Amino acid sequence: MKNRKLLLLGDEALALGALDAGLSGVYAYPGTPSTEITEYIQSHQGAKERGVHSHWSSNEKTAMEEALGMSFCGKRAMVCMKHVGMNVCADAFVNSAMTGVNGGLIVVAADDPSMHSSQNEQDSRFYSQFAFIPALEPSGQQEAYEMAAYALDFSERVQLPVMMRMVTRLCHSRAVVEQGDERPENTLSYPEKTRQWVLMPGNSRVRYREVLQLWESLKEESEKSPYNKYITGTDRSVGIVASGIAFNYLMENFPDGCPYNVVKISQYPLPEKMLQRLADESDRLLVIEDGQPFIEEKLRGVLPGAKKISGRLDGALPRTGELTPDAVAAAIGLKEAEHEKRCEMVVPRPPALCQGCGHRDVFHALNDVLAGYKDAKVFGDIGCYTLGWLSPFNAIDTVVDMGASITMAKGAADAGQHPAVAVIGDSTFTHSGMTGLLDAINENSPITVIISDNLTTGMTGGQDSQGTGKLEDICLGLGADPAHVRTIDSLPKNHDAMMALFKEEIDYPGLSVIVSRRECIQTARRHNSAKK
Amino acid sequence: MKTDIILAGVGGQGILSIASILGVAALEQNLYLKQAEVHGMSQRGGDVQSNLRLSSSPVHSDLIPLGKADMVVSLEPMEALRYVEYLNPQSGWIVTSTAPFVNIPNYPEQAAIDAALASRERVVAFDMEAAAREIASPRSSNMVLLGACSPLLDIDPSKLEDGIRAIFARKGEKIVEANIAAFRLGREKAIEMRSGK
Ligand SMILES: Cc1ncc(C[n+]2csc(CCOP(=O)(O)OP(=O)(O)O)c2C)c(N)n1
Repeated sequence: MKNRKLLLLGDEALALGALDAGLSGVYAYPGTPSTEITEYIQSHQGAKERGVHSHWSSNEKTAMEEALGMSFCGKRAMVCMKHVGMNVCADAFVNSAMTGVNGGLIVVAADDPSMHSSQNEQDSRFYSQFAFIPALEPSGQQEAYEMAAYALDFSERVQLPVMMRMVTRLCHSRAVVEQGDERPENTLSYPEKTRQWVLMPGNSRVRYREVLQLWESLKEESEKSPYNKYITGTDRSVGIVASGIAFNYLMENFPDGCPYNVVKISQYPLPEKMLQRLADESDRLLVIEDGQPFIEEKLRGVLPGAKKISGRLDGALPRTGELTPDAVAAAIGLKEAEHEKRCEMVVPRPPALCQGCGHRDVFHALNDVLAGYKDAKVFGDIGCYTLGWLSPFNAIDTVVDMGASITMAKGAADAGQHPAVAVIGDSTFTHSGMTGLLDAINENSPITVIISDNLTTGMTGGQDSQGTGKLEDICLGLGADPAHVRTIDSLPKNHDAMMALFKEEIDYPGLSVIVSRRECIQTARRHNSAKK
Repeated sequence: MKTDIILAGVGGQGILSIASILGVAALEQNLYLKQAEVHGMSQRGGDVQSNLRLSSSPVHSDLIPLGKADMVVSLEPMEALRYVEYLNPQSGWIVTSTAPFVNIPNYPEQAAIDAALASRERVVAFDMEAAAREIASPRSSNMVLLGACSPLLDIDPSKLEDGIRAIFARKGEKIVEANIAAFRLGREKAIEMRSGK
């Protein structure tokens, strides 16, 4: 097994690293760019034989809590999500620093600078600092592999969860990874300190002081970390701080070695002494980091300091979007390589709903019905059907966060809006639509909720959806009126029937749910070819 | 040895299989590589690209800098032109299918695209879908493309064929053979076209 070379995505390298380090369970809700971590474990033969838990969770909060439960029992667990998933699990995440851990616990937050597949560019390092949870930021696939074991050991040693901050370019880039040794899983055991697992004020006040002390000691850990490095240069005109994959962009521009002093950061909290030394030994500082200017803001503080600091905040690097080797070259003052101009006739090619997708039928029917009303509003949600905002449909007025369609439609109805229609996918509904539906049911809000059920989590590549086969029962169980929980197949030949049904329920002055159903064309194809 | 390739196409066309095969072959030859892929939203019919970097020494950046790509390899002609600013202006090649994939209302005139390609030096362009149909495997135009760019690579073509076998093995011998035939056809056509110039 030893020294096997594999070609792996950053996500897969991290997954394999965790498996080799004795992982007992991965908990996750899909989300680009984190999805492949869990998928790798789900399809890994050894993980199957060992019985490593890898079933999808309903959302990021349930995933985080399930992993914390496994850690409580002494086993090693990992939670994976995209950056906005951190918002969903924030309550559990922040409080997991207060409880601490027993078995090692990794929280993977996969950030998406440039918003390739996301609604914002939030940087998860702020969460790590906010919760007093240490973070690691791998700069490459090999490091992602090795850091998994390091993180689990570290987590057990300091008895805190460890955040693994990834970014899209690392998650979704392949490289050769050399596999190391394997270690057995932990056996069942219970925490020695029991009080901090019950977060009543009296216990929390004691624990909070400990957490703050721990944070100071974590800074010392960062000074000694094998992943933070001070690299002495020959030219002191600028000192460069480069975190995570930004370090690679720096090295790309200096194939024969960087002449400047460099601090490579891959472990947080920041090693303050190392950074002080860089400031002392360099005339000015340049901070290169992917995502938001987290390090740069800390170095600047509020009051003007003695050193000039450049980065994303003074325009040396673009304020938004992912870093590129070219942006980094410009920031260090290198001449731009000769290159052609963009070809002007090339136009953007936005993504679109697939031909044969049932969401298309929902939007066609909905548009045709709503044309008969003045000022109808459609509250959309997150998934493939978000593409219904684009032409030719232009069918959606809002898309905010998972589950917000139902609750915003309810709020709009409270304000007197009619028609107020919510369009939500099946997976998003069980992720965080159900609780909002309960609010609407309890007040019999005059809204029409269309669950466009394609029997899968489509946008992220077709993972199993947690509500498949149960959607109507869930709505009924929450108390929806059976007369207004309706089902129809989303098919072109049903266009008129869909219109009639939508109209009937929109005109009903109370809450209705329409489950409009047709299997995703992509998963249907896969299922068919698997059958053959 | 160092080769930087931008693979381009429209979501669903299968450029990632080309990347996987090149990856398998590179691993065989003990090369270093990094290959940044696109997953997620744009795979639904949007423009997709993959940065593939092969080298005999370690590769730092997952992304190819402007003006440094040795090749843009594309299944769609407008998608090939999307990345010209990344091509090395002295030596970069475009290898592309000329069959347009029109799924947007404002797709440029095909004549304009053809003219833009024809006016360039170092282009290998032909209709790869048609070529794939010629040998009765219309879905393997991506292997025609791999064949067409193979003469520009420092990788033994037999190693690429091994890669094709490895990737398609699960789907049975017939599919493997069809894809290898597509690869060989693409390679022959490209060699012919380059010697014609
Ligand atoms: C909090 C959060 N978690 C995960 C995601 C990633 N994500 C976006 S859409 C989607 C799937 C939605 O599935 P479904 O609602 O069934 O719609 P479909 O894409 O199948 O049409 C996921 C997981 C996200 N945007 N936000």
